Amino acid sequence: MTSELDIFVGNTTLIDEDVYRLWLDGYSVSDAVALRVRSGILEQTGATAAVLQSDTMDHYRTFHMLERLLHAPPKLLHQLIFQIPPSRQALLIERYYDFDEAFVREVLGKKLSKGTKKDLDDISTKTGITLKSCRRQFDNFKRVFKVVEEMRGSLVDNIQQHFLLSDRLARDYAAIVFFANNRFETGKKKLQYLSFGDFAFCAELMIQNWTLGAVGEAPTDPDSQMDDMDMDLDKEFLQDLKELKVLVADKDLLDLHKSLVCTALRGKLGVFSEMEANFKNLSRGLVNVAAKLTHNKDVRDLFVDLVEKFVEPCRSDHWPLNDVRLFLNQYSASVHSLDGFRHQALWDRYMGTLRGCLLRLYHD
Amino acid sequence: MPGKLKVKIVAGRHLPVMDRASDLTDAFVEVKFGNTTFKTDVYLKSLNPQWNSEWFKFEVDDEDLQDEPLQITVLDHDTYSANDAIGKVYIDIDPLLYSEAATVISGWFPIYDTIHGIRGEINVVVKVDLFNDLNRFRQSSCGVKFFCTTSIPKCYRAVIIHGFVEELVVNEDPEYQWIDRIRTPRASNEARQRLISLMSGELQRKIGLKVLEMRGNAVVGYLQCFDLEGESGLVVRAIGTACTLDKLSSPAAFLPACNSPSKDMKEIPFNEDPNPNTHSSGPSTPLKNQTYSFSPSKSYSRQSSSSDTDLSLTPKTGMGSGSAGKEGGPFKALLRQQTQSALEQREFPFFTLTAFPPGFLVHVGGVVSARSVKLLDRIHNPDEPETRDAWWAEIRQEIKSHAKALGCHAVVGYSESTSICEEVCILSASGTAAVLNPRFLQDGTVEGCLEQRLEENLPPGCGFCHIPYDELNMPFPAHLTYCYNCRKQKVPDVLFTTVDLPSDATVIGKGCLIQARLCRLKKKAQAEANATAISNLLPFMEYEVHTQLMNKLKLKGMNALFGLRIQITVGENMLMGLASATGVYLAALPTPGGIQIAGKTPNDGSYEQHISHMQKKINDTIAKNKELYEIIPPEISEEIIGSPIPEPRQRSRLLRSQSESSDEVTELDLSHGKKDAFVLEIDDTDAMEDVHSLLTDVPPPSGFYSCNTEIMPGINNWTSEIQMFTSVRVIRLSSLNLTNQALNKNFNDLCENLLKSLYFKLRSMIPCCLCHVNFTVSLPEDELIQVTVTAVAITFDKNQALQTTKTLVEKSLQRASTDNEELLQFPLELCSDSLPSHPFPPAKATSVDYSSFADRCSSWIELIKLKAQTIRRGSIKTNGRKSPALLLKRHSSRTQAVTVEKASPMGEGNFRNRSAPPCASATVGVVKMTPLSFIPGAKITKYLGIINMFFIRETTSLREEGGVSGFLHAFIAEVFAMVRAHVAALGGNAVVSYIMKQCVFMENPNKNQAQCLINVSGDAVVFVRESDLEVVSTQQPTANLQPSCTEGEVTT
Repeated sequence: MTSELDIFVGNTTLIDEDVYRLWLDGYSVSDAVALRVRSGILEQTGATAAVLQSDTMDHYRTFHMLERLLHAPPKLLHQLIFQIPPSRQALLIERYYDFDEAFVREVLGKKLSKGTKKDLDDISTKTGITLKSCRRQFDNFKRVFKVVEEMRGSLVDNIQQHFLLSDRLARDYAAIVFFANNRFETGKKKLQYLSFGDFAFCAELMIQNWTLGAVGEAPTDPDSQMDDMDMDLDKEFLQDLKELKVLVADKDLLDLHKSLVCTALRGKLGVFSEMEANFKNLSRGLVNVAAKLTHNKDVRDLFVDLVEKFVEPCRSDHWPLNDVRLFLNQYSASVHSLDGFRHQALWDRYMGTLRGCLLRLYHD
Repeated sequence: MPGKLKVKIVAGRHLPVMDRASDLTDAFVEVKFGNTTFKTDVYLKSLNPQWNSEWFKFEVDDEDLQDEPLQITVLDHDTYSANDAIGKVYIDIDPLLYSEAATVISGWFPIYDTIHGIRGEINVVVKVDLFNDLNRFRQSSCGVKFFCTTSIPKCYRAVIIHGFVEELVVNEDPEYQWIDRIRTPRASNEARQRLISLMSGELQRKIGLKVLEMRGNAVVGYLQCFDLEGESGLVVRAIGTACTLDKLSSPAAFLPACNSPSKDMKEIPFNEDPNPNTHSSGPSTPLKNQTYSFSPSKSYSRQSSSSDTDLSLTPKTGMGSGSAGKEGGPFKALLRQQTQSALEQREFPFFTLTAFPPGFLVHVGGVVSARSVKLLDRIHNPDEPETRDAWWAEIRQEIKSHAKALGCHAVVGYSESTSICEEVCILSASGTAAVLNPRFLQDGTVEGCLEQRLEENLPPGCGFCHIPYDELNMPFPAHLTYCYNCRKQKVPDVLFTTVDLPSDATVIGKGCLIQARLCRLKKKAQAEANATAISNLLPFMEYEVHTQLMNKLKLKGMNALFGLRIQITVGENMLMGLASATGVYLAALPTPGGIQIAGKTPNDGSYEQHISHMQKKINDTIAKNKELYEIIPPEISEEIIGSPIPEPRQRSRLLRSQSESSDEVTELDLSHGKKDAFVLEIDDTDAMEDVHSLLTDVPPPSGFYSCNTEIMPGINNWTSEIQMFTSVRVIRLSSLNLTNQALNKNFNDLCENLLKSLYFKLRSMIPCCLCHVNFTVSLPEDELIQVTVTAVAITFDKNQALQTTKTLVEKSLQRASTDNEELLQFPLELCSDSLPSHPFPPAKATSVDYSSFADRCSSWIELIKLKAQTIRRGSIKTNGRKSPALLLKRHSSRTQAVTVEKASPMGEGNFRNRSAPPCASATVGVVKMTPLSFIPGAKITKYLGIINMFFIRETTSLREEGGVSGFLHAFIAEVFAMVRAHVAALGGNAVVSYIMKQCVFMENPNKNQAQCLINVSGDAVVFVRESDLEVVSTQQPTANLQPSCTEGEVTT
């Protein structure tokens, strides 16, 4: 006696969250059954392994059919084939687009291309996430990227509108898309200590302040702005950043800047002497990072540079986070007192974001 | 020119990409009705076209309006080659033809293609302007309402229940036409879908005409089925119960225009020759006789002695209730006469209803059934309905006579079915013999005085259990006692019925689903030999099925079955029997005895031990079941009861030998305390296995109940969460182990595993009950068994105690004991020795060799006689136990207060759901589907019309679609979607009395192909949550729709 066909179809589509999790995690039916057995479900329910097998198959089949719709979540809402209560629909979508921290760290900032897709095998081996799950997550990133790539308007809003994700997840995707688009390097060894959350935080600040959309020009002159609004950094702004070089190139200005900062912070910093000794190096580092951003290559290395030029020196001198904060605040603010410096607004746009990023990046 | 149909094509969405180059589609729509076609403009390059067409107007006869479906075809325009079809939508416009149903059909319909499934949706608006038709000779029956529901629909009152209507139409099956060889599968499927749609329309119209002739205005319990006979044709047949319904709360009764009240009931014009003699019915052409001759064995009934017995078929009035009917007697006589006269005018006093207005059902006799084996390739004139009409007329006649033998004038819960394998067809009909109250059967002339008398005299709620037949002249041996409720009338020890539990019946504890499952191998054979072989097997199968049912019922400690449905399925090399019913403990019937096991070789010590071990297990099981189902019959001391104690010896009649080869009936010492025990004799391994299988039926996990009736006896606090589902399983038998035992085991496992899976899947709904569990078995190929289950899971509130039932029982008890003293004077000996006259048919009878007669017509008569005898004996045997019995309970008026709807609080479920965080706004309204006639916690405010849909799906890329499971899973989901879309377009938010009548699945994995046909039906309704009712109160139904939709059931 062999089972040829075995199906269950409910008027309201049954969704088992646990099985959905297993499916998303890329387990085969037999692995999923084994895992469910281990969870003790048989004892709780008095079911047999055969029942579990049949149930798992059914759910997998349902998920497989739903997957096509999940690729375009608004379709899931309007389709008539599966009757699913709204709260369940939201759960299906949210979980489908959810991703593993370990995975996203591997591909963050990489080009979402076929080439990267080929590396998924290695990523799977390295992270212990099944290849199937890696593919799903990668394809999600790519799909979202493709859809919002050409769109104007707020990146987060676009994602939310077209994928019906929660606010949190939409922000994460915005970061992923932003990183992929600008190809920021995140994989270097010295960046390994950073979490996805750190990068996402920085991405959000950068989207808010450094992109074209941030300037708010779009609505007034939509035709001339053919560039993407939130995805690309503001080229003009990056060009202008060269002007900041004067802060380190002009020795007087640099000395003045240093003395302003030191005066203000004397007695307030635990690491005052280290700061004083390192000021010029740190300032050069930060300003040079800005000046180099005209080259794509250097944009990609932004985070490597920030860590090398600022985070690591401070860390090696054991600056407490609070001292870093005080320093950066003072460092940014003192520029306003430099009479010879004319790019105050530019400086604020640059340093405001950078300060936030650095504080976030500064941890062990 | 009585009607104008107007159609507007608004828009499409989610269309498939038809042009690979642009990834877009140039779609347009053809709208066809009858022979007229309109087209929309082509909407270029879009997957979401906005046609916004003008109104397409069709001026048509109302006859066409009823027969024809509106056909909408979506196509992709192609400049250079033929336009490609994307898919079609068929819309049945019938609901627009009744004055009270839907007024407009408007909404998104899935675009369906028989090869690709659903491909996008289309928004359509349909309206009908009907002109009044004064033509008396019209062919249409617009205005007659149809309901699938097998009870009086919730917002109506039955003024008159007229009775049985049936019709049957035949056509050539497009799959078997010559042209099918050259056309595409798609064209062939579409031809079939369209034909069936047309035939259903025609059938419905014809039935409507019959209803109008009977002066009715509605058909309730409408059941339409297809018989795919293959070469000989495609049959669409329907049965139903004609009624005159009155909309509640509407002051004036709704009557069709032509209906002038008249007192004389017109005879129903049936096509059939109403000759009651089964053996000579039908106009006889030589060929017909031949056909007929294969059905000698058709007529047997397990339930009553066969039709030509010389029992007095019309019990003399006044004797019906024996000595107990002191004052009841004369009244009963009156009742009987009236019922009789009302019913005698009908050729077939059958009712497809399974639940009745209070007081309608007076007595229940028991289940009656008839089966007949026919050869399809012998139909003389396959394109005409006469032959099939004659077949059914014959069977109905038989049912009628069985009912008479049980002292009943009517059959309720009546249904008909077929099973076809190649050229062999088994026709089956079954129902419950009953005595009805004439009040509902004719115009209210006698209502006045009669009604009064009724109130006074009708026994309180237990009446339907009282035997309708004459106890001195019983049609079969039964064991009678005084009713445990009223103590005045006789009741049988066990009652089997095909109807739902009457709402006023008193039940102790809860009910449960009871199934008997059976397989029998048969040799592959051709034509007559095959038919004969099947005929020979049938009586044994029925007998076995009933024995199993009886054993399982006793094992559960219960004494009555409701909703009994026995399905016999024929395959190439086997027959399958599946009986489902809901067992309950009726308070009016005696406590069932236990099951006693007897061994054949009493000398063997270890064997003895084994037997006693088994016995212990059985006793334990019974005790456990009683606890599980909360069966705590009130203790009544013997003297009060005054129930006759059966002589142990008498019970040995019921003794059943398990093996067909046993040649004598063993004498056993059955003195088993005072209770009559049911004895199982274990005389070989066969029997052993039977006992084992009895014990292997696992009860549902705790928190779960199941039944196949509308509602679960003993549960009446439903909450609002419901989940309807269909589950299909197909197993392949390995041909090596094809023995009866192996088959039985496989089949049993299949069903048990299926149930277990259901319990597991629905575990998040606990505490819940699976209601209306409907199993269908088919044998699509040699070694394949397909089981299809449709049911609904309903949650209930565990904490709300069921005090009501208890107090009722107590009350009835008190009353019983006071009544008792009078009763004691009655003679207690009810089981006279005159009964045990029918020994079990010795095996020899079954081995009569028919083969030598096979093709000699002259021998047929003899053959018939022989068989009839065998069968009769067999059936009587079964009768004994199957006999109806039931118990009762009381007070119609009081119990009504406990009816489900009222008792169910508006579920907390509701509440919970409402507070769910509103996520992305859903644009698709929720449509509930349920096989039940009601929706828990809600009130049905409007019936929008019948939904009757037939779909074919075919694939030539089975593997790519996920194999057979993927294919069928997707198809069933699509069918649900299309049903919901149609209901939503009618303005409804639920389908009640939903049924999947057919699910024919064929596969050819080698060719990577599969095909499936599905037929579903139900009633589209608007419901309002009871909780919303107070708030919304008298708004338009469409407005009410909103709240219930947004609430959304949370079913996980």
